[in-house]
Amino acid sequence: MTARLANAFARGRPALVCFITGGDGDTAANLDALVAGGADVIELGMPFTDPMADGPAIQQANLRSFAAGTKTADLFRIAGEFRARHPEVPLVLMGYANPMTIRGPEWFARECAKAGVDGVICVDIPPEEDAELGPALRAAGIAPIRLATPTTDAARLPVVLDGSAGFLYYVSVAGITGMQQAAQGSIEDAVARLKAATDLPVAVGFGVRTPDQAARIARVADGVVVGSALVDLVARHGADAPGPLRELTGALAAAVHAAREVA
Amino acid sequence: MEQGRARAPLPPPGLDKPAALCQARGMSVSPQPNSFRTLPDERGHFGRFGGRYVAETLMPLILDLEKEYRAAKADPAFQAEFDDLLEHFVGRPSPLYFAPRMTAHYREAAPQGMGPKIYFKREELNHTGAHKINNCVGQILLALRMGKTRIIAETGAGQHGVATATVAARFGLPCVIFMGAKDVERQKPNVFRMKLLGAEVVPVTSGAETLKDAMNEALRDWVANVHDTFYIIGTAAGPHPYPELVRDFQSVIGKEAREQILKAEGRLPDMLVAAVGGGSNAIGLFHPFLDDPDVAMVGIEAAGHGIASGQHAASLTGGGPGILHGNRTYLLQDEDGQITEAHSISAGLDYPGIGPEHSWLHESGRVRYLPITDNQALDAFQLCCQLEGIIPALESAHALAALPELTLTMGEDQIIVVNVSGRGDKDIFTVAEALGVKL
Repeated sequence: MTARLANAFARGRPALVCFITGGDGDTAANLDALVAGGADVIELGMPFTDPMADGPAIQQANLRSFAAGTKTADLFRIAGEFRARHPEVPLVLMGYANPMTIRGPEWFARECAKAGVDGVICVDIPPEEDAELGPALRAAGIAPIRLATPTTDAARLPVVLDGSAGFLYYVSVAGITGMQQAAQGSIEDAVARLKAATDLPVAVGFGVRTPDQAARIARVADGVVVGSALVDLVARHGADAPGPLRELTGALAAAVHAAREVA
Repeated sequence: MEQGRARAPLPPPGLDKPAALCQARGMSVSPQPNSFRTLPDERGHFGRFGGRYVAETLMPLILDLEKEYRAAKADPAFQAEFDDLLEHFVGRPSPLYFAPRMTAHYREAAPQGMGPKIYFKREELNHTGAHKINNCVGQILLALRMGKTRIIAETGAGQHGVATATVAARFGLPCVIFMGAKDVERQKPNVFRMKLLGAEVVPVTSGAETLKDAMNEALRDWVANVHDTFYIIGTAAGPHPYPELVRDFQSVIGKEAREQILKAEGRLPDMLVAAVGGGSNAIGLFHPFLDDPDVAMVGIEAAGHGIASGQHAASLTGGGPGILHGNRTYLLQDEDGQITEAHSISAGLDYPGIGPEHSWLHESGRVRYLPITDNQALDAFQLCCQLEGIIPALESAHALAALPELTLTMGEDQIIVVNVSGRGDKDIFTVAEALGVKL
């Protein structure tokens, strides 16, 4: 079910995971730019009116997307067309519970499957509320990707891992997206702890903006997630975003992919 | 009395078979206990509502809070300190007041023999002028038990912000209040009060700049400061265990009202009425009576410019179930599950959701919920000033505005209790503007 996701983390090098918000700018062209730049996994943000876990960059991206009239149907159209253009690149939807469950979890899982979505990250459905979405996703062959955070202690980690699939997303700072970055030492400790507890690939995100930062994380993690820095480029360049997106993604991909090569 | 009760708008359900009653009304319900007072379950669910829909970062903290709340509930010292503060700092018990001129007013309008005795539960006489302080006292004691050193809160009308700033000052903790920029503008006196009390007020400029956006921003702050910060949520909503613990702290309203009416009248009231935004004053009044089948209950939602206008804050009457701010409950939303903006003249009711227990009580049929418009509330606001010498909060004026309808079908020998949840001093500018008066 998650062959595309599994493959992305099985290339003998760390993977670059790139996030942009759906419906913000020319999303199809922007996604193509991420792929051309070397992104291994694409996270497509589903806009929500109340993105409680997001900082100003992604909040603004949501507002731009709504101003452009984006509906859930548009997100699935964008996803389906991406899948047609890029049969091998894993695609993950990331967003909040209400838009994902409003028509019932089976409806959402079915649309994901039809659009060729490989995994779903739902920020506000913790393992305790898994029944809300998890069973429907698994039944449709979609990976429910869970988040671990600095507050997820050893006692709780098994709860988070139980039912996780695709990869484990380590939120490296207790905070919202796009703000401060975590200390490298704390990331290394956390990744070691997570990898000891699971065979799932561990991708690290929140606050990662530059190729240097990404490379340092990629020395220990299976993947590095970059979001707000890319979303900022969409904000700044609008319709001309694909060029800058491809450039930054290329630099990030080169840094991440080569992070473990001996200098 | 039997006759009068039969004509009450909603006969309360028989307690032995509430589930059967709901099925008879064509509602789908999960199996219910023989009591309306046993929820939430251990996972924080009220039927299909409630729950813990939060980011992973907050989950461990919420589990800790639940554990600490259980311990506090079982600790006589905690209860003793809470009771002592309510008595000496808040000024409880608040009176249950017979409103003679309002009673006479509605008897005149009603058919012969109709028009119940009207009582007010005077929460507006509490320290800081509303029921909000009851909950804040309870939560700050929890914060201290948990060793937290910083307090945050959201506020709409500013009443909860003032109450939070007040308890933070009383216990010497730094306090940050998130308030929609639009509410900062329309509730200036309360903003100044909070500042006098030493709180930092952060105007929130996202979204419609009201209560919902303030709550988003408070959650963002909390997630970034989980190690030292306690979030004092102002209403009986949010992730479990907040709806439960806020309800429990506010239940002092209903417990007192029960004792007071028994003393005054020798029997329980026939009906309770309270305004519902998130719904903490209403659940606080209702909860101790939920298993008294002869006590009918009506929650009043803010209908803004009218349900048909689309500009309202009545999530039960004009919304549907969804997930926001940590709980599954009725919400104002579009077909994609995007949250739509609420509207009410009352900043405290201007929220597109409602506490999950109210959603459950609504679907179970135990409590009836009615919409009241801005204009109806404005009329009731003025009437209360003129007839009883009490300036009610605009929130409470929504509850008072249901009296014209509710009193018509209640007999003279019946009793209705209205929760006057707050005082209206904070609202005089809003009311003056709505009435076209220049101050």
